[in-house]
Amino acid sequence: MMPSKTFAGQFTSLEEIADFIAQAAQEAGFNDKDIYAIKLAVDEACSNIIEHGYGGEEGGDICCRYNVLKDGLKITIRDWGTSFNPEEVPEPNFEVDLYELEPRGAGLYFINKLMDEVNFEFDTGDGNLLTMIKRK
Amino acid sequence: MEITTSQYKRCDVVKAVGRVDSNTAPDLENQFNKILDDGKSGIVFDMAEVDFISSRGLWVLLETQKSCKKDRGKLVLVNVSENMQQSLDLAGVKHFIEIYDDLTEAVGSF
Repeated sequence: MMPSKTFAGQFTSLEEIADFIAQAAQEAGFNDKDIYAIKLAVDEACSNIIEHGYGGEEGGDICCRYNVLKDGLKITIRDWGTSFNPEEVPEPNFEVDLYELEPRGAGLYFINKLMDEVNFEFDTGDGNLLTMIKRK
Repeated sequence: MEITTSQYKRCDVVKAVGRVDSNTAPDLENQFNKILDDGKSGIVFDMAEVDFISSRGLWVLLETQKSCKKDRGKLVLVNVSENMQQSLDLAGVKHFIEIYDDLTEAVGSF
């Protein structure tokens, strides 16, 4: 069984999404540090969907689904916004002087750092699908 | 997210309770900007009761630090939990913002 829940693509949904994901991570038996990491990765993904995929808060829904694995947790996030090429998103550079820091592009970088597997699909016939796996 | 500010002699202490995410980060940004607009540039951000901070929140801290430093002040952090440290480490925040263990020490750094 893969429990799922659909949320309005609005920033006010982020806390509710975090609660849903925290429950999933607890069910999968992760420790507090990893639960936080999973919540952060999902928050970054959903924030990006609202901001970039939907171009704002009235763009559409976000469907979160999870599957407890033997050795971890698989989370899928579906949206129906604009697709993008993850390869073309520049990695933020934090090894510069304070004034050279550019406030963008950290979300995807964080997701890749926090999760063990990250995969985007944009030609599903039913929106965009982000699959993330965190292993113990 | 609840935000409160207390004035000290050489700095203001901003305390937030709850999540700093894309929904709430603008409120924190406004609070910091109010202090800067008053001509003050010494800020302690007390994170004791912050239980989540996303990249959007981190950018608020880093951009505020830029403004404080321009005015010869600084933003410092205090009471950073292990989970908050996870967020801060992803963006190498400690290279840009001093982090203190207790409030007296943080306020005393000004």
